Amino acid sequence: MALEFRGVSKSFRVPSGPELLAVRDISFHVRKGEFVAVVGPSGCGKSTILSMTAGLYQPSSGEVLVSGKMVTKPNPQVGFMLQKDLLLPWRTIVKNVEFGLESRGVPKAQRRERAMAELERCHLAGFENHYPYQLSGGMRQRAALARTLAIDPDIILLDEPFSALDAQTKLLIQNSFAETIHEAGITTLLITHDLSEAVIMSDRVLVLSERPGTVMREMAINLPDRAHPLKRRQMPEVHQHAAEIFTLLRLDQRAA
Amino acid sequence: MSHASTQKLVALAILGLVLLVWQFLPPALAVPKYIIPTPLDMAIELGRMYRRENLIANTASTALFTLLGFAIGSGLGAIIGYLLGFSPFWERVLSPYILALQIAPKVAFAPLFIMWFGYNATPKLLVTVLIVFFPVLVNVLAAMKTVDRDMVNLARAYSMTRWQIFVKVEFPSTLPNLMAGLRIASTLAVIGVTVGELVGGNTGLGFLISYGGGQANAAMVFNAIVLLTLIGIVLYSVLAWAEERLLHYIPKKDH
Repeated sequence: MALEFRGVSKSFRVPSGPELLAVRDISFHVRKGEFVAVVGPSGCGKSTILSMTAGLYQPSSGEVLVSGKMVTKPNPQVGFMLQKDLLLPWRTIVKNVEFGLESRGVPKAQRRERAMAELERCHLAGFENHYPYQLSGGMRQRAALARTLAIDPDIILLDEPFSALDAQTKLLIQNSFAETIHEAGITTLLITHDLSEAVIMSDRVLVLSERPGTVMREMAINLPDRAHPLKRRQMPEVHQHAAEIFTLLRLDQRAA
Repeated sequence: MSHASTQKLVALAILGLVLLVWQFLPPALAVPKYIIPTPLDMAIELGRMYRRENLIANTASTALFTLLGFAIGSGLGAIIGYLLGFSPFWERVLSPYILALQIAPKVAFAPLFIMWFGYNATPKLLVTVLIVFFPVLVNVLAAMKTVDRDMVNLARAYSMTRWQIFVKVEFPSTLPNLMAGLRIASTLAVIGVTVGELVGGNTGLGFLISYGGGQANAAMVFNAIVLLTLIGIVLYSVLAWAEERLLHYIPKKDH
């Protein structure tokens, strides 16, 4: 099992007032090579799940396991990516991709070789000596993916990585991410607000409730072409799934 | 003609006009040269200062102490700024005192330093260090507080050590603010040295100002001011050049 949450709850101390329970008794698992999307209303603790998987903080109760081992501190088997690309503006693209390798004693020549291979895989060959400001938003996100893949993680966590992109770039980058991730055969947890994005990109969707977040529903997406979200978008089932999640989240009632 | 060269031409024309007016207007209004010396008076006085008043040695001394005070003061300011940036506890404990010291007029300490250390180079160096210290410290500290937390978390997720995070993320993030602090400090360094030399000293351009003032030699005072300004401009320009080089990765705004 690549990732497992066993009865995880997390509460935060807030400066004034009682403790805030962010997530409650969450249990789910992600198999090796699987692509799982997490959707839920804002403030349901999606990012808390991500931070606990990355080991940035520990659950208040329950266990988080990555590749069968309990997560107690930031661990090198997990790569994560946010809406912000977090590229270091003072480094060239290739130096940014090498960033994650620098803390693990990989020799310089090997780092460069690895980074160049990842850039090639993320369709950024030829841009290695550019600085981040010289790249478009979509290319910057691809560079961030290259950096994430360069550390050869067991699992990657994507926290709304497409939400800052314009509509057309978003479709293209979703497709290129899906292809790259499929080829690499890497386990992925995608956190998103976008219901159809969750359906077209994943094998399974976890629907979280409002805070304190808990898993309301696990929905298997049994559709072909996971590596090609652009193709999946055409399928009528996608809209049915999205509509079902929409109802589950009672978004229509919120709008009223 | 291009826009930039027109700008330069106009700027030069203004300089020429000012010099002309300065040369001819005061004599025409019968203003004596011990009140306002003309540019020509100043040039002649500069020659005399070169022969009689050790102009080169005095200028070199002032330039040296400006540089020294700037280097020590900004070095200390940066180091303490980063240390306080590491420790929110000490930052909160010390911030009221830092604010008080920052507001206190540093040049007013000069007579005190002379009482303590005597008529030598120490007081002027201390005033300079003190005056340079705060803008650098405050800039660095402010920048440390606004380093992108997500970037630090990314480095943490990559299992970087505290020191690696500082070297690879925090220090480069604060570089623009550090450079801005250094630029401000460079202009203050000249003030610090001048005050130190004015209040108690027998060398430097500040000394020549008080000496010239005592002799009602306005041309000497004017010349010393011009040279002090030049020292400041050189230091500032070097820093601006270094900043341009170091921060090349920040896209320039279109004018």
